[in-house]
Amino acid sequence: MKGLIGKKLGMAQIFDDAGRMIPVTIIEAGPCFVAQVRTKEKEGYSAVQLGFAEGKSKRLTAGQLGHLQKASLPPLRYLREFRIDADQAPKPGDKISVDIFTTGEKVDIVGESKGKGFQGGMKRHGFGGGPMTHGASDRQRSPGSIGSTTTPGRVYRGKRMAGHMGAARITSSGLRVALVDAERNLLGVAGSVPGSKGSIVIIREARKQ
Amino acid sequence: MSEKLQSLELPVNKNIPALNPGDTVSVHVKIKEGDKSRIQEFRGTIIRMRKGGSQANFTVRRIASHGIGVERTFPLRSPSLEKVVVQKGAKVRRAQLYFLRDLKGKRARLHEKSDNG
Repeated sequence: MKGLIGKKLGMAQIFDDAGRMIPVTIIEAGPCFVAQVRTKEKEGYSAVQLGFAEGKSKRLTAGQLGHLQKASLPPLRYLREFRIDADQAPKPGDKISVDIFTTGEKVDIVGESKGKGFQGGMKRHGFGGGPMTHGASDRQRSPGSIGSTTTPGRVYRGKRMAGHMGAARITSSGLRVALVDAERNLLGVAGSVPGSKGSIVIIREARKQ
Repeated sequence: MSEKLQSLELPVNKNIPALNPGDTVSVHVKIKEGDKSRIQEFRGTIIRMRKGGSQANFTVRRIASHGIGVERTFPLRSPSLEKVVVQKGAKVRRAQLYFLRDLKGKRARLHEKSDNG
């Protein structure tokens, strides 16, 4: 299992070998450091905790600093956990760079989508809305009927309605790696990635190959 | 734009001179066929230039057989562009020469560029 923490920088265009222009999302990926190895014996499952982005030590709590100190690491602002097989566990303090990925590989990217606030049914769930003409004065973006009459006499749980949209954890799966720049720690994936520029994303090997 | 993102800006092709709308150009495009590659020429008039860094492009219009107009848009920084040769310039008064699409034959000519503009 390969994984990294990164920061979304924005989008750019590159040309592939066939001369086609590809839109890519550029992610500043790594270098990440192993902050802790979780084991079956101690925590009940095996995983590694990676840290990313060195920051000021006064921005972290004493507990966080102490935790990183154990792996003799500098103050890292973001910690994320990745499940791995026990036999391929790295050691605490190990550095993991973007060169674990190669171009052409498939990756999954996890990020927090942009917040959209309180949205109606048309934007949130793709409802069709009401008629635009024929005297429709008050129902052009309405959700329509939300259920039946006396039977069942209530609205079903989970009925799609207006509400808060976005700012949720989203996984974009099966994205193709189009660019790996180990020198500058840059990773380019074809297509878009959830989240705003500057947001923290997790990159890992695609679950569905 | 962040510095790292800026560094990914595509390099400028040195074999492409300054282009202007109205120029008659011959665009040499590399074409891959299987494992062989050859150069194809596309000759016509530039009817528009679009800016935009890596995404900058230009459109060339030519009249193919039977008087059919063919337009092709090339990304200015594409590695497939071998070179562009400007054959002659023209005096034009607008940036987009879309009016050429409605004209044909002798009416579709442009005033040739002279020294005083």
